[in-house]
Amino acid sequence: MAQQTTNLDPQAGALTRFLRATEIDTRLLGMVAALLLIWVGFHLYGVILNGKGAFLTPRNLWNITVQTASVGIMACGMTLVIITRNIDLSVGSLLGFSAMMMGMFQVEWYPQLVGLGHWSIVVLTILLGLAVGTAVGAFHGWLVAYRGIPAFIVTLGGLLVWRGAAFLLARGRTISPVDSNFALLGGGPYGSVGAFWSWVIGLAGCAAVLWLIWAGRRSRARHDFPQRPMWAEYFLAALGCGLCLGTTLLVNSYPWPKGIVDQYAQRHGITVPEEGLFISHGFALPVLILLVVAIVMTIIMNRTRFGRYVYAIGGNPDAALLAGINVKWMIVKIFALMGFLTGLSAVVASARLNSATNALGTLDELYVIAAAVIGGTSLAGGVGTIYGAVLGALVMQSLQSGMVLIGFDAAIQNIVVGAVLVLAVYVDTLYRKRVK
Amino acid sequence: MGRNPNTGTPLVEMRDISIAFGGIKAVNHVSVDLYAGEVVGLLGHNGAGKSTLIKCLSGAYQKDAGQIFINGQEVEINNPRDARKYNIETIYQTLALADNLDAASNLFLGREIVGPGGFVDDTAMEAETRKIMARLNPNFRKFNVPVSALSGGQRQSVAIARAVYFNAKILIMDEPTAALGPHETQMVAELIQELKSQGLGIFLIEHDIHAVMDLCDRAVVMKNGEKVGTVNVNEVTDEDILGMIILGKRPPQAY
Repeated sequence: MAQQTTNLDPQAGALTRFLRATEIDTRLLGMVAALLLIWVGFHLYGVILNGKGAFLTPRNLWNITVQTASVGIMACGMTLVIITRNIDLSVGSLLGFSAMMMGMFQVEWYPQLVGLGHWSIVVLTILLGLAVGTAVGAFHGWLVAYRGIPAFIVTLGGLLVWRGAAFLLARGRTISPVDSNFALLGGGPYGSVGAFWSWVIGLAGCAAVLWLIWAGRRSRARHDFPQRPMWAEYFLAALGCGLCLGTTLLVNSYPWPKGIVDQYAQRHGITVPEEGLFISHGFALPVLILLVVAIVMTIIMNRTRFGRYVYAIGGNPDAALLAGINVKWMIVKIFALMGFLTGLSAVVASARLNSATNALGTLDELYVIAAAVIGGTSLAGGVGTIYGAVLGALVMQSLQSGMVLIGFDAAIQNIVVGAVLVLAVYVDTLYRKRVK
Repeated sequence: MGRNPNTGTPLVEMRDISIAFGGIKAVNHVSVDLYAGEVVGLLGHNGAGKSTLIKCLSGAYQKDAGQIFINGQEVEINNPRDARKYNIETIYQTLALADNLDAASNLFLGREIVGPGGFVDDTAMEAETRKIMARLNPNFRKFNVPVSALSGGQRQSVAIARAVYFNAKILIMDEPTAALGPHETQMVAELIQELKSQGLGIFLIEHDIHAVMDLCDRAVVMKNGEKVGTVNVNEVTDEDILGMIILGKRPPQAY
């Protein structure tokens, strides 16, 4: 069978031909470039002014990934909400409420029945948090879809209601410490999978990249569609595998701090050699949770009817209705999913803090919306990607961490983050106009 | 005196349909029928109720009163899914396309081809789309871009492909040529003739009186939500039809 390759215009510039052959999204490229610019910029700032760059170190990058997890998980859901022309302002408060429910349950209510440290505490606590988030999200969605109240108002109300409810649950007390198994989900040395499993995950990622490229070629061949040129396939495979293995290498080169190593060695009867033991963190559990969420959500958005309908509703709600899509029920499901992911985020956030506080998640709704929007989700609806939202969350977190590292105070941080948000959307608007 | 030239069981019979919006009777006790292999034009001013009437058939609106029969069987059509179940396909005036999706996703919207594991099979849908577009609009090439990047005629052919692909028996076309150039209008006219010869029944909502005279076998004229009358197009002049539309005057050939 004769194989066609993608039609390449020899007149086009080298970069254009390269992008067309590899089918890399130029917006993705722009965001990655922006991210690298931020990283290198903060690092150089440190090098020049302090004589030592602190940004591009395994430790800092590892911490950024962990700090991105909570907002990143919610940004995946917010993307769907915004694509369908809605908004959810309640996620920060819902995170606080869900975390407080879990805190009370695992510290004050359930241990009275089974005793502290019981194995079932962590399982039931997580289920409770997810259930609370999902139920509240579905309720919001029902008010929006079946009662016709604008999402802005429903979730603005939710922002006040759930923050207040979180306060009432514990009368403003901080619930701490949480169950020790539960706390692992927040990351830290014990809440990371270590070098071996990180390599397993990295290699599995490589295998997945290769399989995707192979399956794509096979599917195109079956229908006689044009194929990418082979060099583009090799490039994509190398890029994908390089990213997987490079990230693994990065998280594995951040060792446990000395105190934790000594504690661990003592407990396991290991003698620590003179030069110290190098025990890798590896991937932190919250980062793995974010990765799984992002992958599953990407599959949902690109390969299922549900995802297709999300885009269709955003592109033209009337057309979606006339095509037989149950738009109202879809809206309920989307808000329920947003709530579920908020519950999951509450697990990560309260585990990381090792406590449930009344202020947990304050202003998160704004960071989540900003992450989705910086990631290219259009408030006009119909446009947005999961990888964009995750990258957006990473950009936001990198900015904040970078400014903390170089000693900007909170006021300036807010000014910069706000300005970047507006600038990002402006650049995106310009880009869209040019593409049209 | 004119009379319905068709005999036997109509493909569609809408009997005594009424629908009101907040006290305004948009459609007031209107009956129309449609036989296999014929084109029935629905005419009237804006607001005459023709689109509203037909949306009761396509499932976009629910009638307040009246009955709908398909092949002599009474049916309930409460939403677009019900209409599709009876092989009723609609090409809306607005085209009802999701602008952010490509041609294949629009064509299969709500009826995606699903492979093993419940995942949508995009390549299969694109292959099917290429097949039908090769028949309807051989110049169509833009398969991998959102339909917002297409011309009016290309968008129209996507909307038509969607109606034709799923073996429609009853086709509703709401001003299909309103946004098209002369060449594309001609293509739509040829398509209507072809579908008619395949035995489809077509409701054609149209403002252009000449298109009606050319394409339709019968014409139903509505005014202010009520039916003025039905005529066999070959028994009347365009003056007669204009008189029905503008003045609500029934010519002697009407029934």
